[in-house]
Amino acid sequence: MTALPAASDAGRARVPAGRAVRLLALLAIVIGIGVVAVSNMGVEQATEQLVNALTRGAIYALIALGYTMVYGIIELINFAHGDMFMVGAFVSLTFLGQVLGLNGAITDVPTLLFMVIAAFVVTMVILALVGVTIERFAYKPLRQAPRLAPLITAIGVSFILQNIVQLKYGAYQTNSPQIFPDTWKIPIGTASISVLSLFIIAVAVILMIGLQLFIGRTRLGRAMRSTAADRDAAALMGVNINRTIAITFLIGSALAGAAGVVNGMQYGVARFDDGFQAGLKAFTAAVLGGIGNTVGAALGGFIIGFIEVGATAMGYTRWGPAIVFGTLVIVLVFRPAGLLGQQLGERA
Amino acid sequence: MSAVSDLGTARTRRFDGLKKRAARHRSWTIVVSMAVVGAILPVLAYIPPFTSAQPPSAWIDGYTNAGVFVLLALGLNLVVGVAGLLDLGYAAFFAIGAYTYAYVASPFGNDILGITLIKSLGIEGAGIVFWPMLLVGALVAATFGILLGAPTLRLRGDYLAIVTLGFGEIVPIVFLNADAVTNGTNGIGGLVRPALPIIGGFSAMNPWPYYVTMLALVATVMILCYRLVESRLGRSWEAIREDELAAAANGINTVTTKLLAFALGASTAGIAGVFNASKLVTVSPDQFTFIVSFTVLAMVVLGGMGNFWGVAVGAFVIYTINNVLLKSLNQFFDKTQIPILMDIDFIQLQFLLYGLALVGMMLLRPEGLFPNSRRKRELHAVIADASEDELLAAEATTEEGQR
Repeated sequence: MTALPAASDAGRARVPAGRAVRLLALLAIVIGIGVVAVSNMGVEQATEQLVNALTRGAIYALIALGYTMVYGIIELINFAHGDMFMVGAFVSLTFLGQVLGLNGAITDVPTLLFMVIAAFVVTMVILALVGVTIERFAYKPLRQAPRLAPLITAIGVSFILQNIVQLKYGAYQTNSPQIFPDTWKIPIGTASISVLSLFIIAVAVILMIGLQLFIGRTRLGRAMRSTAADRDAAALMGVNINRTIAITFLIGSALAGAAGVVNGMQYGVARFDDGFQAGLKAFTAAVLGGIGNTVGAALGGFIIGFIEVGATAMGYTRWGPAIVFGTLVIVLVFRPAGLLGQQLGERA
Repeated sequence: MSAVSDLGTARTRRFDGLKKRAARHRSWTIVVSMAVVGAILPVLAYIPPFTSAQPPSAWIDGYTNAGVFVLLALGLNLVVGVAGLLDLGYAAFFAIGAYTYAYVASPFGNDILGITLIKSLGIEGAGIVFWPMLLVGALVAATFGILLGAPTLRLRGDYLAIVTLGFGEIVPIVFLNADAVTNGTNGIGGLVRPALPIIGGFSAMNPWPYYVTMLALVATVMILCYRLVESRLGRSWEAIREDELAAAANGINTVTTKLLAFALGASTAGIAGVFNASKLVTVSPDQFTFIVSFTVLAMVVLGGMGNFWGVAVGAFVIYTINNVLLKSLNQFFDKTQIPILMDIDFIQLQFLLYGLALVGMMLLRPEGLFPNSRRKRELHAVIADASEDELLAAEATTEEGQR
């Protein structure tokens, strides 16, 4: 208890050195894993698994961004966020399958691009509206209530979303139409990488960079940062708190929608209870990276993607979640504020 | 006018005396109240609007199941409501208690442990182990509570929440995947039912022995909870909940105190687990999903965190809404002959309605049905501060709009 502040002060004084050590350690771990993977599977297989991990990580990262933004601004663990991702997957598959009438892969590149962009735009807009509506009715009235009250309504909203989707689509898996042709693959020796995976990683990276620019460079982004730092002071400086929080939910939900779209494209199926597990892992990613930190959330998402794909590659698929949470506990024991999180005071 | 006020004061005075007496003899008050509640509930089961939902024996059985959740809510209240540690994986300790009983009280578990308890005592005779197992289950769950808490309790509130949530997910995964020792998805079946020397073995046909046992358990746990909270340890918990730094500065060993809260909360879940396993005579990983953890947390928050009677009522209300009310809506609306409502299958809507109920109840009473008096005062102080801030925020907004 007494040693803790001293240690953190010392750490703060030597931030650059500490960061360098941390980066080196991370690099060493990554290289170590890479060497082990290559020696076990060969270069081609290892590359394929790497792309797998990046794809899965990109999906978790997109969901984790919404968690971390909402937590950063109103300190709410938004349990309904995982279900927003699930709703996004269903909106996207409905739009592609029923509105656009898609029932097979498209090889014509312009048409493909048009459809994919349309799916992203429609899903993200609908999800953004749903997110803002939920915030307005389930969380906003409770902003001054005890901290656990909005947590309970979030759980309630999660149940509501799941039940609505289950009523509409049934309790079993629904197929998401395939857009990208299976044959589009880049061969690497005996293994191959699908174009779809690269596309997904690219989309995720573009969205993340866009989010960083939005938060860092725009007026609204500054409003969000100041509201997260100190809501009352921000209000005194003329920031419209209600609008800022609504926009946070809007962006977070839209990103969850984008994650739903790519998830449908990659895995081809969706189920009403997909959201909980995905949300749990994404939240773990957010905490792993340091909650409230958007770069950390993205990093955490990719780390969890790697852990899961690694567990699958080694034949421990069923233990995947246990390994993920085990890693989380270990990281938090040594770095209580997450990998990139700031060491906060007791009452921060 | 004066007569009315006199009557009022007289009444207050009369209840004041009762309150004082109740406070002085807290344990006896709890025993008597539980006996009264325990006597009224079965009577309700025989009164018309209730009998139409389900037969009386099903009601008694339902009360007993609700009692399991009351136990869980009381235990979680120690952790969340009193000590202020957010635990989202409480079902894990429930599972650990249940599996502890399963290993001792089933042929499969005896083979794994290498003991011959059931062979030597027989199915009927082995039922007696239920009683000591209540304690053993509590101890095992408490041990796991300490094992989880020791490395993680240094974390700030919400990090603790996610670690406990992860733990709550890991425990069922372990029970599911370690097939060789847990029998995987199917779980462990054929558990022996409790038995008492004179009454003999409990049975599925007769809900009463379980019901009475549950009443005794709830009363005991409630007494222990009150005694704990009014003890030095309980005051330490409240101090940590209010301000951990200040508590530490005043000489409270925060780590030990928080660990004790975790361990005692876990042990209550362990007791509930042993009881539930002995009643269902089977344990399987799917009984302990996150829905259980979340439901218990909702019971604690809805009942009013920190208030044991409130939490118990919250647990009872939510259990009844979820397992009786929502399930009997179909029958109810079939009788009303309202065309649209008759066509809806409310069983399918159960989670939707449950979710709406959670949201609605929280919006109406964010501090819970029966808030702890001290917490309520704090809350109102916070709200007074906050509304001032809101005014300022609103002013700032209008200024921005004018510009």
